[in-house]
Amino acid sequence: MGQGIDSIAGATYWLVRGRELFLFLHLFGLACFAWIVARRLAPLVHARHDVRFDRPPARLARVLQYWLAQWRHPRYRFAGALHILIFAGFLLLASRVFSLLAMGVSDRFATAGSGGLLSVIRSYACTVVLLCMGVAIIRRLVFRPARYGRPTADPIFLLALIGILMAADGVFEGSQVAFHLKETGRAELLPPGSLSWALQAAFAGAGLSALRTLHLGAYLTHEIAFFFLLCYRPFGIQFHVETSLFSIYFAKLDRGTVKPVEWGVADEQLDRLPSLGVKKIEDFTWKHLLDFYSCADCGRCAEQCPANTVGRPLAPRTFSIKARDYLFHHYPVLGSSSNGTPLVGGLYSEEEIWSCTTCGACEAECPLLVEYIDKIVDLRRGLIDDGKAPQSLHKPLKSLETRGNPFGKMEKKRAEWAQGAVPVVNGGGVNTLYFVDSITSYDDRIQAIGRAVGRVMSRLDASFGILGAKERDSGHDVRRFGEETLFLALRDHNTGAIRSSGARRIVTADPHAFNALRHDYKDLPPVEHVSQVIARAVRSGELRLNPVDGGVYTYHDPCYLGRHNGVYDDPREVLDAIPGLHRVDMKRCRDRSFCCGGGGLALFYEARENERMGVLRVRMAAEAGASVIVTACPFCMVNLEDAIKVAGMEGKIAAIDLAELVDRQMVPPSTRVAAPAALSRVAGPV
Amino acid sequence: MDILVCVKRVPDTAENEIQLAGSGADIDREDLVYSVNEPDNYAVEEALQIASRTAGKVTVVTVGGDEDEEVLRREMAMGASAAALLSDGAFQGSDGRGTAAILKAFVQSQHFDLILTGVQADDGCAQVGGMLAAMLDYPFASLVTSIEVQEGRKLKIGREIEGGSKEINAIDLPCVLSIQTGINEPRYVGMRGIRQVASVPIPVYAAEDLGIAAATAGEGAAKVRRVDYFVPPAGKGAEILEGSREEIVDKLMGLLKAKGGLN
Repeated sequence: MGQGIDSIAGATYWLVRGRELFLFLHLFGLACFAWIVARRLAPLVHARHDVRFDRPPARLARVLQYWLAQWRHPRYRFAGALHILIFAGFLLLASRVFSLLAMGVSDRFATAGSGGLLSVIRSYACTVVLLCMGVAIIRRLVFRPARYGRPTADPIFLLALIGILMAADGVFEGSQVAFHLKETGRAELLPPGSLSWALQAAFAGAGLSALRTLHLGAYLTHEIAFFFLLCYRPFGIQFHVETSLFSIYFAKLDRGTVKPVEWGVADEQLDRLPSLGVKKIEDFTWKHLLDFYSCADCGRCAEQCPANTVGRPLAPRTFSIKARDYLFHHYPVLGSSSNGTPLVGGLYSEEEIWSCTTCGACEAECPLLVEYIDKIVDLRRGLIDDGKAPQSLHKPLKSLETRGNPFGKMEKKRAEWAQGAVPVVNGGGVNTLYFVDSITSYDDRIQAIGRAVGRVMSRLDASFGILGAKERDSGHDVRRFGEETLFLALRDHNTGAIRSSGARRIVTADPHAFNALRHDYKDLPPVEHVSQVIARAVRSGELRLNPVDGGVYTYHDPCYLGRHNGVYDDPREVLDAIPGLHRVDMKRCRDRSFCCGGGGLALFYEARENERMGVLRVRMAAEAGASVIVTACPFCMVNLEDAIKVAGMEGKIAAIDLAELVDRQMVPPSTRVAAPAALSRVAGPV
Repeated sequence: MDILVCVKRVPDTAENEIQLAGSGADIDREDLVYSVNEPDNYAVEEALQIASRTAGKVTVVTVGGDEDEEVLRREMAMGASAAALLSDGAFQGSDGRGTAAILKAFVQSQHFDLILTGVQADDGCAQVGGMLAAMLDYPFASLVTSIEVQEGRKLKIGREIEGGSKEINAIDLPCVLSIQTGINEPRYVGMRGIRQVASVPIPVYAAEDLGIAAATAGEGAAKVRRVDYFVPPAGKGAEILEGSREEIVDKLMGLLKAKGGLN
């Protein structure tokens, strides 16, 4: 002994010089980490191609917003704040880790980082992270938030390891300063209140030799904890520390879309592919596999997922974690890779895959931008390709193929809902095409929404019409249920019909059709949802609305209008333009809106569930004090009206479509604005 | 095991509004959508499952015209490896016995261990399977709800009998079985599957190819003739509820409660 304290590289650990010991430990730790990461990357190399290197500026912006600024974390206030503190601490401590590692092998770094503003910040960061670990452990052990599921040892162990790392740093610094103080009577001042400051004070009574042992021991502890953690993280939820940056950089940029069956394969070539969709784990794209690694198992997705909430056998978080464990198992760190059980029927049940309504709540919540809908759709494509569509979907799918609608109704009756009041487009000349879609064309109740849209549109645009018998189902949910070939046939038919109509713009009242025309179709005139058209007319004063007397209104955001297309404010603006209308928002609204059960083919799927999503939604409306639920989607209407009956709340709460409400409240046209004669005839009360 | 499944193209009752034609002896066939007779899909699915267990081969056959080829393609998309279309002007207007005679000639021209039919056609009489078996002198079982292949060219089959009971029979191959719906869950056939078999040639057999004499099949040979189609008049005890949907539902609820169907 008798040496100074400042050289780690020059110190002796059980006869071994620090330099040699730490050089060996560094290299060994790094080699292990490199090997583990290489093994983790192995399945990504075998996975399907993905297009994720385009638009770097947009991707960098994502990184700044969702990674660096932790944008989605405050959605869960307490856990989010905790995470932001830990994340910020990690960023601030990154340079400290490098200098610490470096001083093990060279004395040139021995004094680096001591003194100065950086060192003050660093000390506090270390202290804050340590405190956060304590809080996080207490939270998981004592308060046990439901979304984490049953408490497991792994997260606690990982949190504790980080805690040890921070504590070791504090002891390392505290003992060093205490040593200097004792030896020379003066030393740099440690930031008051920080961990190292407290420890230095605590060590004041210790002798030089003890302090030196403490100091060297803390360094060794830090070294071992650091490399152990580095190599252990790729085995569990903390792998996101490494992968999140990449997951977020490569995240999907275009919402509302569905990935092509295979990137780089044209639609016409699909028939030549030997197999469609995901059937084995390597059929996922490399980004989708990366997502599985990045999932931090925080459970926010599952808590927001309507399927999970009503007890269907699907939780997004479990979906990811199961796939991750499958990857770990089949691409082990030691030993050879193997092909395992089939994905569906083995890892996932068929029911699990069909339980999703593609509402997007999970994707709107995930702080790491993990994607779910594309994966579910890809798995469904695989099931459809193997002939494994749920039995209840066979008939609707067959009818979509032969009749262009899932109900098996005759094509020639497609325009009957309009009762002759909305002109069927014949050749060119119309300004606006109203794309009606199947449910509005054929469902008794929903036809009334169609007629309301007809009357409202005829007030706003004298030149509009429908495709009538030439229209087919938009195929929106055909695609999302995995029947890509049928979707393409429907899309091609409609595209031809729409283009030859000569319409300059398209309006629809069905958010599913809206999303399909906007994102799944190509080269069409601009598409708008009727709520956007109405909002504009209300804003400009073209449309004035009569007051309502009484009632509390709430707006239910349809998934494919809100989350998938960002139309949240237009419908609310229309409601707020009705004099005397008292509007409240439900607790779950806007991008946290709760799916009412799903549209399109989801209406035909018989899920195993404890209760209906719609019933829960209606109760949420009642909780908000609403007596009227306004929505802007025909499928929401079907689900909500059914749910009102199932919940036994008839007479207490009612559902109405935005277009119906506007139709009811429209101030009759002044003499200057005359509606076409045919329409004014049917424009009686609905 | 080589399996033949006899299928039929029928107007799809789920996708049509069936109306009587003016003549009264047929339905209005304009605007109709046709598909595979639903029970036949169960027979094909069962055949495919047996074939995959026994390393066998499934062939589908139908009697009809050019337009009937589409149902053969759909069953091939399901997984049948071969198809045959028995088509001849002389076959037109055949009754069930005529159809059975045509199928018998085809079966005798090839080799099959097992012949399956659907339990009945949506527009048929559930008679062709039985007649075919008799003409071939094969054993026959109807309403089959389970099939187990056993050693020594035998099958163990389950049949549905009155009152929800089930009987198990042993039957020798070759035989003819009519398959009850619900025996399995027929797989889904997507558009892609149909397109992939779109250009597979399907052999067509005429009367001459099968050696069928004119007196055996066709309108001339038919001993059963359809004389009338009608919607049965509302009888005693039958009541058609009228009114709006809500009114109908209310009336129905009232009736169900009154008759003790609901509490």
